[in-house]
Amino acid sequence: MSDDKHPEEQILQEGDPNTTGHVWDGIKEFDNPMPRWWLWTFYGCIVWAVIYTVLYPAWPLVNGATAGLLGYSTRAEVAEEIATFDAVNDPLRVQLESTELADVSSDAELHNFAVQGGGAIFRTWCAQCHGSGAAGAVGYPNLLDDDWLWGGTLDDIHYTISHGIRNEEDLNAHYSQMTAFDEILSDEEIDAVVAYVRNISGQEADATLASTGETVYLDNCASCHLDDGTGDRFIGAPNLTDAIWLYGGDEAALEQTVRYARFGVMPSWQNRLSESEIRSVAIYVHSLGGGE
Amino acid sequence: MAILDGHKKIETNATLLLVLSFLVVTIGGIVEIAPLFYLDNTIEEVDGMRPYSPLELQGREIYIREGCYVCHSQMIRPMRDEVERYGHYSLAAESMYDHPFQWGSKRTGPDLARVGGRYSDSWHYDHLVDPQSVVPESVMPSYGYLANRELEPDHIGDLMATHRFVGVPYSDEMIEMAAHDFNAQAADPFGFHDYDQDAVAERYPGAQLRDFDGNPEVTEMDALIAYLQMLGTLVDFSTFTPEEAVISR
Repeated sequence: MSDDKHPEEQILQEGDPNTTGHVWDGIKEFDNPMPRWWLWTFYGCIVWAVIYTVLYPAWPLVNGATAGLLGYSTRAEVAEEIATFDAVNDPLRVQLESTELADVSSDAELHNFAVQGGGAIFRTWCAQCHGSGAAGAVGYPNLLDDDWLWGGTLDDIHYTISHGIRNEEDLNAHYSQMTAFDEILSDEEIDAVVAYVRNISGQEADATLASTGETVYLDNCASCHLDDGTGDRFIGAPNLTDAIWLYGGDEAALEQTVRYARFGVMPSWQNRLSESEIRSVAIYVHSLGGGE
Repeated sequence: MAILDGHKKIETNATLLLVLSFLVVTIGGIVEIAPLFYLDNTIEEVDGMRPYSPLELQGREIYIREGCYVCHSQMIRPMRDEVERYGHYSLAAESMYDHPFQWGSKRTGPDLARVGGRYSDSWHYDHLVDPQSVVPESVMPSYGYLANRELEPDHIGDLMATHRFVGVPYSDEMIEMAAHDFNAQAADPFGFHDYDQDAVAERYPGAQLRDFDGNPEVTEMDALIAYLQMLGTLVDFSTFTPEEAVISR
């Protein structure tokens, strides 16, 4: 391929650098030196790479990889970072765990710690069901009002968060199960009891139907929801007279509830959150307005 | 420098250049990849990991079919903010029976590596049917049709055999009983049928047996919720000590 007599060669002049000796179709290449800055950066990178592999985990060997002189590990770093924040919070956390829940509000700093921390925990773990503003959704209770299914004192809220409701993972979870009346009551009786429930909750309902419904109610529903319909927190039976509805108070929703019952589940949090976190979030929820 | 002069041969011979380039890249690849297969700490030994139950595996297929991975990762990184939000960082062992794995580096929705048990079944049902009904600010689309699509376990044994082919340790018994286990996990919450639920619990420790969607038929919704409810729940962290984390600094 190379052709020493190629005319291109004649272009070389006095003072030109040597060629590299590479020839492509007769075209030769000057052997210019690399720019110094580039060359030194290149050498610097090589040196840096060697130092890096000595300092940090790098080379795989037979039984493991080299650990590096610095002993760095991502896991150690995250553990250390968490420990740092734990250490900062520990005094208040220990205090929170050893203080009666009812007494926390008398210590402004501790109360502030609990409410702020509890709010953050609430927005991380609770907001998906109860809403980021705690207003709930259909089937998931509003925590801003003073209507509580399982009790609204600090201790009640703390218990509910710790153990949850009707879950399978915690034997101490709140548990109760409403009867599904679909096959127990006739269609007429169900219509009547729905009218009665609408009546006692202050909604529009057929008066004759409602008075028939009262008997049905007293025979079937009053044992849990009580004669006056105000419910029983001990078994999580909702108050039916306050016009606050978990699953809706219109006729269709009520009929669905009477026929097929409801079975709201809340997970147990005692294995996911620490005691101080549960206390914080209990105090936060209690502080939202409806706490008793 | 005779050896350096030889590069003219390589530069002027495209086939030789290609072969030698491959060789260099192969060496790099072997150095990086091969140790992962023999080093013990690539996948740490943990207590509690088991292959997916037939229903969970079916749910995983639906998860992949619907492209859930496009918005949701399943990998909690070892960083404080992630650990505090999602729970213990993910371990390689937790993905060891995943083909393909569901890690990811982009999240439109939250990470799901430990979503199991975090919400109730009915929350998942409500949320899949109408995400905005429980999370108003969500941009997730509805997957309500899953509740109407009944599932028959006709091919679940084949699916498990395929997973065994790529390394999941399903036993012959597991594959033989696949259809039974599939139905036993979701179709019979009250034990009305003749399913041997104890055997299912024995084959798949920690499997949750119940009707997940409130409908006695086994639907795609059941399978998906069964899968979601087991995510991240298997490893027993009370017996887990991360070896790297004990190195003193």
